[in-house]
Amino acid sequence: MSLFINYTLNGITEGMIFASLALALVLIFRATKIINFAQGAMAMMTTFIAFSLLSHGLGYWWTFVLVLAIGFVFGALVERVLIRPLQGKSELNPVIVTIGLLVVLEGIAGAIYGNASRGFPAAFSQSGLVVGHTKIAFSHFDVFVVVAVLVLMGANLVLFRATSLGLRMRASAFAGEISRLLGVRVGILLTLGWALAGVAGALAGMLVAPTSSFGPYFMDLILIYGFTAAVIGGLESPVGALVGGLITGLCTSYVGGYLGSGLQPLGALVLLMVALMARPEGIFARPPARRV
Amino acid sequence: MPDRRPGGFEMTQVAHTQVSSGGPTPSNDRPDGAWSRRIRLPQQPMIRHLTLALCAAAILYFVTSALSPYNDFLVGEIALYLIALAGLSLLTGVNGQISLGQGAFMAVGAYTMALLMNHTQLNFVIELVTAVGSAAVLGLVIGIPATRLKGPYLAGMTLLLALALPPIADKWSGTFGGDQGLTTTVPTAPGTINPEQWLAWIEIAGALLTLVLLANLLRSRFGRSFRAVRDDEIAASLAGVHIARTKVTAFVISAGCAGLAGAFLGLSTSVVNTGEFPLTLSIQLLAAMVVGGTGTLMGMWWGAILLVYLPQWSTSLSGHFNLGNGVSAYLAIIIFGTVLIVVMIVAPTGIQGGLRWIWGRASRRWPRVVTREAAPPSTLEPLSSRHFDDSDG
Repeated sequence: MSLFINYTLNGITEGMIFASLALALVLIFRATKIINFAQGAMAMMTTFIAFSLLSHGLGYWWTFVLVLAIGFVFGALVERVLIRPLQGKSELNPVIVTIGLLVVLEGIAGAIYGNASRGFPAAFSQSGLVVGHTKIAFSHFDVFVVVAVLVLMGANLVLFRATSLGLRMRASAFAGEISRLLGVRVGILLTLGWALAGVAGALAGMLVAPTSSFGPYFMDLILIYGFTAAVIGGLESPVGALVGGLITGLCTSYVGGYLGSGLQPLGALVLLMVALMARPEGIFARPPARRV
Repeated sequence: MPDRRPGGFEMTQVAHTQVSSGGPTPSNDRPDGAWSRRIRLPQQPMIRHLTLALCAAAILYFVTSALSPYNDFLVGEIALYLIALAGLSLLTGVNGQISLGQGAFMAVGAYTMALLMNHTQLNFVIELVTAVGSAAVLGLVIGIPATRLKGPYLAGMTLLLALALPPIADKWSGTFGGDQGLTTTVPTAPGTINPEQWLAWIEIAGALLTLVLLANLLRSRFGRSFRAVRDDEIAASLAGVHIARTKVTAFVISAGCAGLAGAFLGLSTSVVNTGEFPLTLSIQLLAAMVVGGTGTLMGMWWGAILLVYLPQWSTSLSGHFNLGNGVSAYLAIIIFGTVLIVVMIVAPTGIQGGLRWIWGRASRRWPRVVTREAAPPSTLEPLSSRHFDDSDG
């Protein structure tokens, strides 16, 4: 029983991280109907920048803020330079370009930092909390992970629901041409969507790095779990990303715990296939108005 | 029409020009311009493709006889990647489905082959066919949910497949050999032929056979329905094409091709382990396919050559510039990714598309353009026949 509780707690923490990456994918999908397969590699890159800053003696929190800002700029840059030229072409083209970006970034990180996995510092203690007399698989750092992702989600919710900027972003994603006619600067808002996704991705990278083998490929699996989470959640809704992240996190945690960690990706694959067979539009997506 | 990929086989256009310009009466007196149209290839697709394959086989026979064993090995590698790329080109270029999981199908083919070699005494060809079959079965399992998916979803699911499959071999290391993997043995060569050359011939034979079969398939009803589904699913289904079945068929075919390529890869490296099938393999296949020319079969030659020689060039490049070992290990993949991005943004039709463009310009520009335009009855025919070729479901 205690094992089950620990797997559950572990799944919640991991699910939060997946939700963060899923949110990044959702933000981009909402803005530009593209799935950014380079999101994980971009987060890997910002985390390596954080690693360099930390090893040069910059404080953790300064680094944290700076890296989120770098993620913002990085996301915007990728949209402007690589994605904008593909507008209006086949939906396969951006997929291929982001895949290309994925391998380029991993190659660059590998060339600079090498293939070995390194230790990445955590903001708080990673040893489990003690409840009663037993140590549970939930540390101060895990509390920080959950809080950080919830704050990110909350901030996004406020942005999209309560500000006029968010309203314009939703409008330009929903009906770009009409929004443009109404004076909304659609182009810059799409870039903003990518930039916010860059922040969410950078956060995920900072949160994953201490608990995984931090190297050029450490975000590959996180990306794919984040993708599973986003698809389960419907790819359109931030709340869906959170729920999808938790489902995926629990699933991979149980599979890893009871069947062995090597089978985690397979578990996610089965989950994704089941989710896609049962509800191709996702749990939280609005049903399409008309399917021909 | 930027998102309309050039469908079909390189030779179909030549063929159509012939059919339309020649008509029922053979026309040696036609004042046709470019020399390309003077080459009289047989009209019937099967015979034409076989002729070309035999020509290629003859050329490759002399090439491999002249080369050193190491270069024979590389030619064999080109042939095996060609198989995987041809299947991917059919899936992505002709049918419009994207797969980032070809490496996983290759792994299935390779492991099946190695397991059969280690545990049974079957005939080599039967083993190969079984390897193809097992990869195709996995393609069926993955392809059925995939039919309900649009491009990006399918890309994500196949990406997950590429990551999920190799750890299985590590999990059951008793069966699959764990890190060491399983060993394979190339069938002994007859006579005094050296083993590298023999393996290269086997791989070339497999590649040419695959190309002929796929080229015929693309000229058939299947090929047309693949294209119809890619261009407009609703229109295709109205025209009586079974969308799901068509998509699954394309998926199974491409998985089978990848399985054959994987079986050959296992033979040429003489060991099968999970390290041979990383995610980057799947991505490199996609990149090579795009650079070669999505949707073409001839373009896959360029892609396969690139896939085999780019790592070599980049190693010598990094040696030339004294880049460290750390950099040189990653240079190939960086170049690959960069080329992929640039090609996708600047020239999405790839090398083969570029060659076709040059070819088209050249054959229009070069001799006797005026006389060709002066031949009045044929002016409408090519148009109508092309229309027939493109949009008939």
